[in-house]
Amino acid sequence: MKYFALLWANLKRKKIRTTLTIGSFLIALMLFGVLAAVHAAFYQGIEVAGADRLVVINRVSLIQPLPLSYRERLLQLPGVKEVTHASWFGGVYQDERNFFPQFAIETESYRRMFPEFAISDGQWKAFEGDLQGCVVGAATARRYGFKPGDRIPIKGTIFQGMWEFNVRAIYTGTRQGDDETQFWFHKKYLEENGPDFFKGLVGWYTVRVGNPDQAGAVGKAIDARFANSSNETKTEPERAFAAAFVKQMGNIELLLLTIGGVVFFTLLLVTGNTMATSVRERTAELAVLKTVGYSDRFVLGLVLAESLLIALQGGLLGVLAAVGIAPGLSQAMPGMTFYLPTSSLVLGVVLTVLVGLAAGLVPAWSAMRLRVVDALRRV
Amino acid sequence: MVRVDGTSNGSLIQVRKLDKRYQRGSEEIHVLQGLNLDVEAGDFVAFMGPSGSGKTTLLNLLGGLDVPSAGTITVAGDEISALSAQKLTAWRARHVGFIFQMYNLIPVLTAFQNVELPLLLTKLSRAERRRHVETVLELVGLADRMQHYPRQLSGGQEQRVAIARAIVADPTFLLADEPTGDLDRRSADEIMELIDRLVNEHNKTVLMVTHDPRAAERAHAVLHLDKGVLIEAA
Ligand SMILES: Nc1ncnc2c1ncn2[C@@H]1O[C@H](COP(=O)(O)OP(=O)(O)OP(=O)(O)O)[C@@H](O)[C@H]1O
Ligand SMILES: [Mg+2]
Repeated sequence: MKYFALLWANLKRKKIRTTLTIGSFLIALMLFGVLAAVHAAFYQGIEVAGADRLVVINRVSLIQPLPLSYRERLLQLPGVKEVTHASWFGGVYQDERNFFPQFAIETESYRRMFPEFAISDGQWKAFEGDLQGCVVGAATARRYGFKPGDRIPIKGTIFQGMWEFNVRAIYTGTRQGDDETQFWFHKKYLEENGPDFFKGLVGWYTVRVGNPDQAGAVGKAIDARFANSSNETKTEPERAFAAAFVKQMGNIELLLLTIGGVVFFTLLLVTGNTMATSVRERTAELAVLKTVGYSDRFVLGLVLAESLLIALQGGLLGVLAAVGIAPGLSQAMPGMTFYLPTSSLVLGVVLTVLVGLAAGLVPAWSAMRLRVVDALRRV
Repeated sequence: MVRVDGTSNGSLIQVRKLDKRYQRGSEEIHVLQGLNLDVEAGDFVAFMGPSGSGKTTLLNLLGGLDVPSAGTITVAGDEISALSAQKLTAWRARHVGFIFQMYNLIPVLTAFQNVELPLLLTKLSRAERRRHVETVLELVGLADRMQHYPRQLSGGQEQRVAIARAIVADPTFLLADEPTGDLDRRSADEIMELIDRLVNEHNKTVLMVTHDPRAAERAHAVLHLDKGVLIEAA
């Protein structure tokens, strides 16, 4: 630590240059953070999906329904612990742009199947007791100011007509990244008031297996059970199901990786150049340090530490900025939850350290190899 | 007694048959050719000679900044011409104080911090380091300039800071390469005054290269570098 003054003084040598380099790290890491938040927003469903849950859909496509009667048959299969179902409603609240997903759910089992969504017992009871009741995710409730007791009109698009619901419960996600935008109501209500074409049908089933290791085998058994029936099934782990859902939006991951890669490569060149210039300018000073008795390895470490310190200052500020920006993104794009997962924060800092070290490596190496007699003769 | 005939025994610095050749392209430059030198503790030697005669080369070898092509250099019993580069660095830190023509202070460090640099390599505590630095800055007459940066000092003051840095770790001997070469007459006199005091009052051993006869006058012995060997001035 006694060498810190020397390290710090070197950074202050060319204030503008140091500031600009720190700025590059700030911008790059901020961009990285925002990209990570976008990535998380798209993939949060995948990352938080339950490992012990399978999704059963119609083999033809996700929008083809399955018979309600499958519920009992699914429950009879070995390894299946619990079954629930949901149906896409696709209604519009006031305006087309106000999107949030609405599901007609099986009231009895849905809450048990998705314990990550926290609802107070009292509110859940109130929901159960009102056929016209609904449960709203905290994010959607916040966005439209829904409170328990409110009456919400939703215009059906698949199920024509004006539907009215009473807000009875608000759920919150218990994990970072849990989707808090959903809107649930009783399938029974849809069954009794909806059109005939959807009677006795559901959108998809969610199945819980007793042992996550056997999820694959149970999935195969389910599909085998309904093979050659008029409604064949396709069963996938919830994770894979969520991933397939995201894939429909294009290869976001590749895009993010490409942008991130280019940014970090540029950063490496910029910082490498800064450090090389900085070392070249003070050849004589480094030679003096060696003359006085500082070892070659010390000089190597000094230059690396400078590079690292520049990187860390900018990198940490950038990550902080990204953390600050994420909520703003969520506000600008309602319906998606932007946040910086801890793993991305750590990755950002690790990348900062790596780029900082890599950029300092070549200049540090030449500083280490520098011979005092040559350096002092040159000035 | 300073001697150049290689016959002395047990002197502080003992140079025997020192050879230094440089290769420049296909041409070989034989700068030092079997040079002998003995310097005892407390001596003050001045080296003179035309430009290119090898004075800086000799100082670099004596200070362990470069290695001889042949011959030996022994300081206080250690044969430094046999040390590895790493050991040589540690040896320099303990035994040699360097004073350059261009001062070579670190511009982003204050006078205090510049002088403290060699002490950071020792086990001294912060308080002890402070005491040592203040003592030597006082000695060179810059107690009131400790927090100044090099650019806020005159050339003479910069050189005094450099001298303070050279003596702060109490090295075995001092090497000065044209310490007054870049200074005006008055500052040069002040610097020589200071070096004189280091020798006479503080018992330092000093080996100095100079072009300035007035500076050389103060030395106990003036040696001329001629055709790769040292000759005592008549
Ligand atoms: N690294 C080197 N490679 C090749 N030649 C060198 C090298 N260092 C010194 N020389 C040559 O060795 C000779 C002696 O150089 P040196 O710097 O020791 O002279 P000097 O007496 O200090 O001169 P000045 O009074 O100008 O400082 C010169 O001819 C110089 O060109
Ligand atoms: Mg010279």
